[in-house]
Amino acid sequence: MGNVSIIDQLKGQKIHDLLEQGKRVDGRSFDEPRQLTIETGVIPKAEGSARVHLGDTEVVTGVKVQLDRPFPDRGDNGIFICTAEILPLAHPDAEPGPPGEDVIELARVVDRGIRESGMVDLTQLVLEKDKTVIGIFADCSILDHAGNLFDACSYATTAALLTTKIPKWEMQDDVPVKVEGQESDAPITTIPASVTMGRIGEHIIVDPNADEWFCLDARITITTNSDGNICALQKGGKDGFTIEQLVKCGETSISIGAKIRETLKESKGAGQ
Amino acid sequence: MGGRDTDLILLDENGIRCDGRKIDEPRKIMIKAGVLKNANGSAYIEFGDNKILAGVFGPRDVHPKHLANTDTGILRCRYHMSPFSVEERKRPAPSRREIEISKVIKEALKPAVMLEQFPRTVVDIFIEVLQADGGSRCAALAAASVALADAGIPMRDMVSACAAGKVADTIVLDVNNEEDQAGQADMPVGYMPNMEKITLIQLDGVLTPEEYKKCVETAVAGCKLVYEIQKKALTDKYFSNGENN
Repeated sequence: MGNVSIIDQLKGQKIHDLLEQGKRVDGRSFDEPRQLTIETGVIPKAEGSARVHLGDTEVVTGVKVQLDRPFPDRGDNGIFICTAEILPLAHPDAEPGPPGEDVIELARVVDRGIRESGMVDLTQLVLEKDKTVIGIFADCSILDHAGNLFDACSYATTAALLTTKIPKWEMQDDVPVKVEGQESDAPITTIPASVTMGRIGEHIIVDPNADEWFCLDARITITTNSDGNICALQKGGKDGFTIEQLVKCGETSISIGAKIRETLKESKGAGQ
Repeated sequence: MGGRDTDLILLDENGIRCDGRKIDEPRKIMIKAGVLKNANGSAYIEFGDNKILAGVFGPRDVHPKHLANTDTGILRCRYHMSPFSVEERKRPAPSRREIEISKVIKEALKPAVMLEQFPRTVVDIFIEVLQADGGSRCAALAAASVALADAGIPMRDMVSACAAGKVADTIVLDVNNEEDQAGQADMPVGYMPNMEKITLIQLDGVLTPEEYKKCVETAVAGCKLVYEIQKKALTDKYFSNGENN
């Protein structure tokens, strides 16, 4: 924290100067995300999985499906839980141990985007109301941290869910029994796409890279669903946004999100 | 949030909500500044059925020392819910939700506090939710902001807070607990009224682009109402003819 090195200060100044000239350090336009590549089915033992490169940021998400008790106030819904971990091999500053506030926020933002979009129809994952439901557990492992983990984890989780197979269970004498060899696609209703934007000075840039990420004044992650509506949003960082900037970010998230959604759809076909 | 099944009438034909409010009407809000003896600054807020205390210590020495920054002061924030604050007992250890809220409240206040004047020090904000209702993070942020001002810490602006949301297909101000559970969207907002800057914004639930814009504007209008109550809390303490201090 803090005590910024002279190199970082110079880098920050350079990024700022370039933005004033309408340029970004890596030559992208302001509303252009980095190259996104998605590989699905990378962990055959998981019921769904995806490995995502967003520029130099790399994330693997595995989805495990198992029976669990429902949340007490949601007895007629299955469970969806998303977690994230920045593996110690992902960045020199990453340390093993319990998650810090940054990682907790990351996992909760990814979770919220998928949950609030209603991507997975949890009502179809109930075996016995209030007692036994199907739980979908999506765990993101960050392998290389080069900025904007929010979108990388969100795309990896969404792509993994799109390929997730739900095993079949049947109740026999009040005990759930797995029916071997029978499985179905996860009940998917929409494809959420998150778009994270950063503000540096008066400039708003989509998908900040590692160098940009560390000199953001503020950031915002907006998730849209297949209808082009906004379903989740989270502001972070040390400063704020004006109303006009937020409205603009909303529009950007819809247009960029639509392109991302196409890539997510294609990834499903490619992995099978 | 998907609009869960409920018998509750969220909005009747006269535009009246389940607790009798109009769509642009906040719940009853009361703020009192300077309620704790030991803290350098403090505030108590009642926001609907929320009852929340905020205490501020600092600027003071940083422990552990390695967290200190030679360029600027740092801000720390703990948002905590008492075990008895909700229907079902909450385990006292901080949950992931509380850790996230602590972080977003800290980042909402940071732009307002002139930490650069106090290098190597920390300002600690402790928020205790004694009773929780919908919109506790906004109420907590509003109280914390008054507590910082009460501590005499230099600030660029007050940070006000209020939520807006979508209930029965209508954008409404200040979503309460029932509306949050049964409604379609909830958007808490923190806002600096003089600098016209939004420093906290989150959203759960689906909004069209038009609704999104309206929701932000509605929440900001609510923040401006809360701002007046925050100012009154401070003037009541400091300019009440020496009655309180």
